[in-house]
Amino acid sequence: MKVIKEKHPLVMRWTHWVNFPILAIMIWSGMLIYWANDEYSITLFGHTFVRFFPDWFYNTLHIPSRLAEGMAFHFLFMWFFTLNGIFYILYTILSGEWRQLLPNRHSFKEAWLVLLHDLHIRKTSPPQNKYNAAQRIAYTAIIVMGIGSVITGLAIYKPVQFYWLTWLCGGYHLARIWHFVLTIGYVLFFVIHIVQVILAGWNNFRSVVSGFEVIDEKPKPVIQTSNEDEKA
Amino acid sequence: MKMKKPKKELTIDQKIKRRNFLSFTVFGAFIAGTYGGWKWLYNSPEETAGITGGVRKPLRRALNKTELFFRRLAFSENHLVKTYPKSMAAKVVRHNTDIGSEGKLPPEKWKLQVKKKSGEVLQITLDELRALPKTEIVYDFKCVEGWDQISHWGGVKFTDFIEHFKLHDEAKLDYVGFETPDKQYYVGIDMPSALHPQTLLAYEVNEQPLPGKYGQPLRLIIPVKYGIKNLKRIGSITFSNTRPHDYWAEQGYDYYSGL
Repeated sequence: MKVIKEKHPLVMRWTHWVNFPILAIMIWSGMLIYWANDEYSITLFGHTFVRFFPDWFYNTLHIPSRLAEGMAFHFLFMWFFTLNGIFYILYTILSGEWRQLLPNRHSFKEAWLVLLHDLHIRKTSPPQNKYNAAQRIAYTAIIVMGIGSVITGLAIYKPVQFYWLTWLCGGYHLARIWHFVLTIGYVLFFVIHIVQVILAGWNNFRSVVSGFEVIDEKPKPVIQTSNEDEKA
Repeated sequence: MKMKKPKKELTIDQKIKRRNFLSFTVFGAFIAGTYGGWKWLYNSPEETAGITGGVRKPLRRALNKTELFFRRLAFSENHLVKTYPKSMAAKVVRHNTDIGSEGKLPPEKWKLQVKKKSGEVLQITLDELRALPKTEIVYDFKCVEGWDQISHWGGVKFTDFIEHFKLHDEAKLDYVGFETPDKQYYVGIDMPSALHPQTLLAYEVNEQPLPGKYGQPLRLIIPVKYGIKNLKRIGSITFSNTRPHDYWAEQGYDYYSGL
């Protein structure tokens, strides 16, 4: 029998989708800013493995010579990014949703099992409530990264007035690198996220739009035992 | 047909359909709204060129408001820029542009002009400035492009300059304007930033007189601002209650550009 199972509350769905275009604009305008001094690369033992970013990448996206424009967009959308984030975090705390989200003491062990399962190394799937262990870690980490972006961002935006934030980030230089690394992190998260969403299928995707999943439940025996933990 | 609503409960399938329909309609409207909003912003008209220019109107408003917010929230002249030991200062100081400060200026041809409120114009020589107490600073110079460099400057503290030339009335105004002798480069600075204790009228870099392209003979070193505000080769100083014109603010940069 088909049953509607509530999954994602309205606030979570809204903040998720509102964040999507905001983050996209922040990353894009961030690249307009970064281009003005594209000095970061990954160099080990004198060999440069990755240079951010190749010229064809910049040219395809029309990045060059738009520093002022990039800053103008970045310093407007930073407000929406921050406010949306604060709203989500407050909601998650106040509603008690954090219980489904934060990793617990089993999560780190279970996350391995999820990984092995996803890579088809292990057959049995680990426990999946609203979020499995790997999701708990990933979705909590992305929030921590968001907070990190705001803090490192403020540290490089006003390094004199918020000198204590800059100090906390390890100085102006390091704050800028953190800010950059976090952005690379979002892009990697996004790639994995999209693959996982496609693999998880329609029912899962729909739940982030309409809030519920449809599950098949076997008809219950007449004398019903408590089913409370399934709602957890 | 009787239109009396039957009180029958919806079946699961109907419920699913109904909720899906609602959610995806709203979702579609959200996507359309986001797309429309972005189009509107991206294609919004540029501000009329004036003191500031080159930015889409709504974005300029946001820049101005955001800067005001952070100024009121956090600016304090007690927030000092971090300083470093002299040994950490760069031997070769980075140099981006020399608009308005090309080449070398014959020293005898240069005098600093200060326009007072009364209309009087002070003509100040470099020797007069050198006679004032010298202040040195080794700090991390920050460029709006994203690079930064620890550099060592020496000169007259702007507040000492105000004091010595009795510009107290002028210092009560809201802004200071600096211009190169050829008027090719110019900046406007809000008074609180100008009166910040680390703002210098610098005539030395690495304990040597400023070479040509570093703003010889006198330049502005204002550590609470990005490099674009650190005008090289000061020709004249003015005071006003309105924002003086500013080279990079006309090109789409934030007027305040404070750190």
